[in-house]
Amino acid sequence: MRVKLDSEKCQGHNRCYALAPELFDVDDYGTAVLLIDGEIPSELEDKARLAVANCPEYAITIDED
Amino acid sequence: MTIDDVRQHRDWANDLDHADPEYNRNAPEVWEHLRESGCPVAHSDLYGGMWAPVTHELVKEVAYDTDHFSSQGVIVSNARPIIEAPVGPAPPITSDPPFHQIARRLLLPPFAPKQIDPWEKEIRTLCRGLLDEMGEIDEGTTIIDAAVQYAQHIPVNVIARMIGLPTTDDELFRGFVHAVLEAVDLPAEERIAAIEPLAEYLDAKVAEHQANPRDNLLDYLLNVEIEGNKLSSEHVRGSVLLLLIAGIDTTWSAIGSSLWHLGTHADDLARLVAEPDLMPFAIEEFLRAYAPVTMARLVKEDYDFHGCPMKANDWVLLPFPAANRDPEEFEDANEVILDRKENRHSAFGLGIHRCLGSNLARLELRVAVEEFIARFPSFELAGDMTWSVGQVRGPRVMPFRVLKVNPAHTGS
Ligand code: HEM
Ligand code: SF4
Repeated sequence: MRVKLDSEKCQGHNRCYALAPELFDVDDYGTAVLLIDGEIPSELEDKARLAVANCPEYAITIDED
Repeated sequence: MTIDDVRQHRDWANDLDHADPEYNRNAPEVWEHLRESGCPVAHSDLYGGMWAPVTHELVKEVAYDTDHFSSQGVIVSNARPIIEAPVGPAPPITSDPPFHQIARRLLLPPFAPKQIDPWEKEIRTLCRGLLDEMGEIDEGTTIIDAAVQYAQHIPVNVIARMIGLPTTDDELFRGFVHAVLEAVDLPAEERIAAIEPLAEYLDAKVAEHQANPRDNLLDYLLNVEIEGNKLSSEHVRGSVLLLLIAGIDTTWSAIGSSLWHLGTHADDLARLVAEPDLMPFAIEEFLRAYAPVTMARLVKEDYDFHGCPMKANDWVLLPFPAANRDPEEFEDANEVILDRKENRHSAFGLGIHRCLGSNLARLELRVAVEEFIARFPSFELAGDMTWSVGQVRGPRVMPFRVLKVNPAHTGS
């Protein structure tokens, strides 16, 4: 599974950082930064889905496979 | 009121008034009634013309569409704002692109999560102090007011400390908030006059900090630069005014509504006490179901919005709280589900104006609820509660009978 973050859509609600800090960090302006570019470890897949399900701006997507 | 009484009370679809006390008292029923009656955009001739979309999709569309809708006015009133867009009287909330982004970027760093998290301890101490001040509590007998004695004091104290204003002026700040947010039905001149003392108070504080620099948010604003230029005094005053107004009764309302839910749903209270790991999800669910803030926009030019003939300078209410109860976006939208896993609520807005204080508000809300239920693991509503009136919705009077006190949770 891969995670994608659309920085144009992200408005810094910081839900992803709160729910999946292994996958997302925040910069000095409170905007999300994706930590893993590429295949993510399988134990983080549920957290990735949780982040997707809680981003109010629909800025996070995942590629299953 | 039952939903039938709500329907009878007024013609919500064609004569909506969010400052009718029955609106906040019965808001979820009003939105449900409007959606069921096939009217996703209510209208009113009040305030010089006003529209109100009530679905998630339409609220989102307006929030994202800064070409047709201006933030120059965000609090519906008979007055129209005096300073022209794109700056507006309280940047960045009243600013439009491109200036909005500049004003917002200045304020983002002090409110980013890593700057806000260190405040947790101080907020916890403040909450415990307020609980201590309630004095001797007899289980099953003592009645406290969780809005007046608790919720209302937390945000005003926190934001005053951050900005660098005396916390002893808290009564004054709450009075100002009332003048700006609740007294919307006053005629334009009176409303502008009501806000004047706040502007004067802040001008004096800005001057004090200019003469005597300190190390807090006000001083940060006085020193920060846009392209090599410091901010004008008006800009600094406007931003401080905004932080004061935006941070106080919004968060107080969120804390109050969350406690109100727990005081009227003993099963949820027991569950949250027993399963503290639910807290992060429960907080988001309270924010969704009882979102306290409805914003507004001004229509820039005559515009046909899904068949609604909007006129230039009409108001458009942005009821994020209604969007959060839309069954098209949320499963069982009217149910409070403490461990709701999918929750893209918009309590803090959508798009470029996303609440700047959301990290602070979430922290205050979580700590306030944690401390309250740690001290009082069981309590119930014990009498009539009063909701606020206007665009910020939350309990203003909320008597609770304390049923259980945790003896281990005392002292600051
Ligand atoms: C639970 C509490 C709060 C809620 C529900 C809330 C809600 C909102 C909403 C919905 C907006 C969007 C405005 C729009 O679209 O026009 C907003 C903006 C804003 N809020 Fe909050 N707010 C809360 C607490 C705070 C706090 C504690 C602060 C600061 C100390 C704050 C500061 C701001 C600022 C500065 C903006 C303007 C951002 C911009 O225009 O770019 N808010 N808030
Ligand atoms: S939850 Fe969405 S909007 Fe918020 S920081 Fe993460 S990606 Fe950005």
